[in-house]
Order: sequence, then structure tokens, then C-alpha cells
Amino acid sequence: MTMVLALVEHEEGRLAETSQQALTLARDLADQEDAPLAAVVFEDDDEQVGFELASYGVTELYRVEHDRLDRYAPDARAATVHQLVDEHDPEAVVAPGSDRGHDVLGRAAARLGVPMAANCVEVTAGDGYEVTRHRWGGSLLEHARIDGSPALLSVAQHEVAAEEAEDGGSLTEHSFTPTLADSDLLVGIDRIEESDEEGVPLEEARVVVGGGRGVGGPEDYDKLEELADLLGGTVGASRAAVNEGWRPHDDQVGLTGAKISPDVYIACGISGAVQHMVGCKGAKNILAINTDPEAAIMENGEYAVVGDLHEVVPAITEAIREG
Amino acid sequence: MEALACIKRVPDTGAKIPLTDDQQSIDTTTLGFTVSPHEECAVEEAVQQVETHGGSTTALTLGPEEASEQLYTAIARGADEGVLLEAGDEEWRPTATARAIADAIEELERKFDLLLFGNESADTENYQVGPRVANELDVPCVTGIKDLEVTDGSAVAKREVTGGSEVYEVPLPAVVAVKEGINSPRYPSMRSRMRAKRQELTRMDPERVDGPTFERIRLEAPETDEGAAEVLGEGPEAAPAVVDVLEDIGVL
Repeated sequence: MTMVLALVEHEEGRLAETSQQALTLARDLADQEDAPLAAVVFEDDDEQVGFELASYGVTELYRVEHDRLDRYAPDARAATVHQLVDEHDPEAVVAPGSDRGHDVLGRAAARLGVPMAANCVEVTAGDGYEVTRHRWGGSLLEHARIDGSPALLSVAQHEVAAEEAEDGGSLTEHSFTPTLADSDLLVGIDRIEESDEEGVPLEEARVVVGGGRGVGGPEDYDKLEELADLLGGTVGASRAAVNEGWRPHDDQVGLTGAKISPDVYIACGISGAVQHMVGCKGAKNILAINTDPEAAIMENGEYAVVGDLHEVVPAITEAIREG
Repeated sequence: MEALACIKRVPDTGAKIPLTDDQQSIDTTTLGFTVSPHEECAVEEAVQQVETHGGSTTALTLGPEEASEQLYTAIARGADEGVLLEAGDEEWRPTATARAIADAIEELERKFDLLLFGNESADTENYQVGPRVANELDVPCVTGIKDLEVTDGSAVAKREVTGGSEVYEVPLPAVVAVKEGINSPRYPSMRSRMRAKRQELTRMDPERVDGPTFERIRLEAPETDEGAAEVLGEGPEAAPAVVDVLEDIGVL
């Protein structure tokens, strides 16, 4: 039987948002192939997840059961995928483009000796698959053909809108126990350390005030902090500012930093290089404050103030206080 | 301790990524080159671990002759030697790249304890060269690492997740794919750059073994709403207009 096999993840007993997105793309692919959509779950979860998967059109669910799989162990998951592929010969294996999605899918690709297309946004079945995938954080798209049986695909996060199936309903559950070697269990989470960071994480903030090279030094971030506090937001920084040592890397917005999606991103003294813009393109509104009216960020944003952030930002703070 | 840091030469992009007319690659005629940010940190991590534990750091890249520039930079940053796998101008897929790196490691007859990679390259973002090399060499692999501590034949590696980090302990040798933020890469001085250029690189001629097809059709710059931003004003006088906008958006 041919099928499309999806790897899904859960957060607090619910299907993770990025897994919903991956399932939506996987279902589209299954529809194109006129093949059933199957899913594999590793977490010890309750019945609720089965209902959720069914609503996304999953008809075959493989629950992985193994007495040594009590923690996240990426090689064990890759071995499981390998064995499921051997047994069911799926056309494609689809995973969310999350840390764990890539961690497991990359290893599975290596074991299977097949190519893997990371961060796909669109897939068309035909002679192999034609995929459209992200490069440079999505500032470039690559159209490519992938063969390989199966084709391994991850789905770019927050690019495919999650949609439940129109005719989603019932699913058949299977228990699957992989054969695992000691080496498959060598890498696994030993423990979780909780962060002692306070404040709103960048990824969840409704307002982000970002500072780039134009801020000029670590001290003047105080002005940005003040405005951010007033708006219930948090402060971010460009890679240039982080490299200067003005802010910690945790504050970095961009390709190799946080991907933010606030209601408004106030970008101060930031030119708008690709590295930065791929991190803030999820913002609903961008307000740029820059002395250079020709700066790229002025083209990418919704609103702009031409001027020196050292004067403009305190003026905004004051105007809000005077309300 | 013997540390290996694998790096990739990539264009140093600014505000736009220009494409060639045939849409097969990035038009680099006006661009400089660098290495992916995660890999800058891989080199720094290797150098720091060797500074702590003794031993030596090797920087390795697969790419065109010009990629020697990135190896010299790695040496200027503290790596002891550079290995260039001469692959020409064409882009190699991750399967072929990983196979060539694994072959080179075996051919070098060096016993690397720590094999550092960037989590994903900046340009192609395939997320798989590290895990594929680990599979070829049959060593453990951890990815997305932002904190690394090496003790007596094993490594404690941490991966950031919402609200904290996952902690992994793996025996060495191991592949560790790191993310930017694990350390702050040093800037090489002009003197160390000059000295690095005098060093001889090891050059190897890798065999290209492509697996099942993955074929690029074309690249495309996605549409952006190019419309210029609405200018709310100039200087501090624009503040009231900004407040109005913030109220409209609903954050005030």
C-alpha cells in the first residue's frame, strides 16, 4: 500500500501548530497521489491526539511503543521511520520544519540514503515531486525536483496555513514497536534545564523595539527599553549590534536569531539587510526610524520616520506618557 | 583534543539577493563572501575547546579554490590548519558533500574528538550535512547546540527550547551541529590575517557521489510588497503621528 507518512509533534497533549501545518501539506500531497495519509506519534499521549489527527485527514495512526523510548532520542526516531518506510513503502515522509523535525528527518534521510528537501512551502506530485523550498530564510525560493523513494520533506514553519480536512473523521490505530539497537539510544535528552530569563520572550511579544548599528552603543538601548516597557513589549537587536557586543545573542532578531511576529516592530537604526528582515517579516506592521530615507527597511516597512532615533524614540515615549 | 570545524563559503548578502539571468544561482559579481554565521561559531567553539583542553583545530571546507579565503580567515581566528576539498564552482548537494567530508576525515587519518558543524548553512539551509557525516562515520550526533562542555571523553551539549534547554550527554568522538549564540567569535587582527595567508593548506580532490535525484530547476526571488513606507514625519516632531499609528494598530 502506498501512503504519505507524516511525523507529528505534541505540545502539552495537543498537536503542535507547526505539525498542523505540516499535516495540511502532507494531506494535499496524499490527495494528489490518491493515497491515504498516515501519521506516526512517539509521545505518550491520550486519545485526544487521535481525534485531532483524524480531523486533519489522517486515516492510519502508528503509535510507537517501546519500553526504552521514554525520552526524546532522535536516532531511535529515525530508526523507527526507517522501519516504517521498509514496511509500508510510503511515497513521501513529511515532517514539520521544527528543530526536532529537522533533527529526526536529517538522520532518517542519512539512514535511508535518500535526499531530503528542507523547509518546503509547496509540493506537486508528478515525475517525482516538484518542490518549492526556502533558502536564506525564505528571502529566496528554490524550485527543485526530488526523487528518492520515499521523498523526505520538511515544511517551512508558519508558511502553510493549517486547515482541517473537509471529510476528516475516523482513523485506524496501529501499535508499532521498532527494533532498536543500543546505538539508537545513545543520544537522548538527559534532563531539561529551566531558563531563569524573565520578561516576554521575543517570539511571543506583541511589540518589539529593535535596535541596530544606528543605536551607536550599549547605553542608548535604555531609550529603547523605556519605550518597549511602556508598550508592554520587549527589546530586540540586529546581528550587527550583537556582534558589536551591545546586546546578548538572545536578543537577536534575524536569520540566525529569533523569528518574531509582533503586532508592531519598531526598527530603530536598522538598515534592513536580508539577515535581519527574514527574522521580522512575520511582524504585522513595521515602523522604521532611520536617518537614511533610502534605507532598505523603509521599503519593507509600513511606516517610517526619517530622523535620529536618539531624538525620535524619547519623543515618542514622552508623547505616550502625555497621552 | 583534536577538533574539526567544517565551514562553507557563502555570499555576504546585503539588502537584496541578486540572481543570475538563468536563475540558476546568485549573481555574486557585486558581493563579497563569508561563512555561514553558525559556522563562524563552530570555528570559535573548536578554538576555545582546544585552548581549554589542548590539542589542535582543523578547519575544513568543500568548495571552489576561492574558499581558501575562508580557511585563511579560520586560521586567523585560531585554527591550526586548513583543509580544502576542491569541488569546483558547482553547488554540491548535502549527500555528496557529507560523503566527501567523511571520506576526507578517513583519508586524513586523524582522530578527531569533536566534529563541529553549523546547524544549517545560510544559503541553502539543508540541515543535514552534520547528521549525514555522523551516519557515515558511525558516531553520535547532536544538533541545534548553543552550549557545549567537554569533559573526559564526553560532551554535555544543550539545545534551547521554549522556557529552557534540553541537555544531552554524548561520548566522543561526536558530531556537534551548533547555532550562533554558543559563543562570540573573535575578530582576527590584521597581523593574524597576514600570518594565516603564509600557511600551507591541505588540498584534496574529493570524489563526487550523488545519491538519488535532487535537481534544482531554478531560483526565484519572492514577491515583496515593494511599496515605500508611509512617512509619518521627520525628527521628533513625528512623535504624535507615531502615537496615532500605535493606537490604530491597537498596542496603545
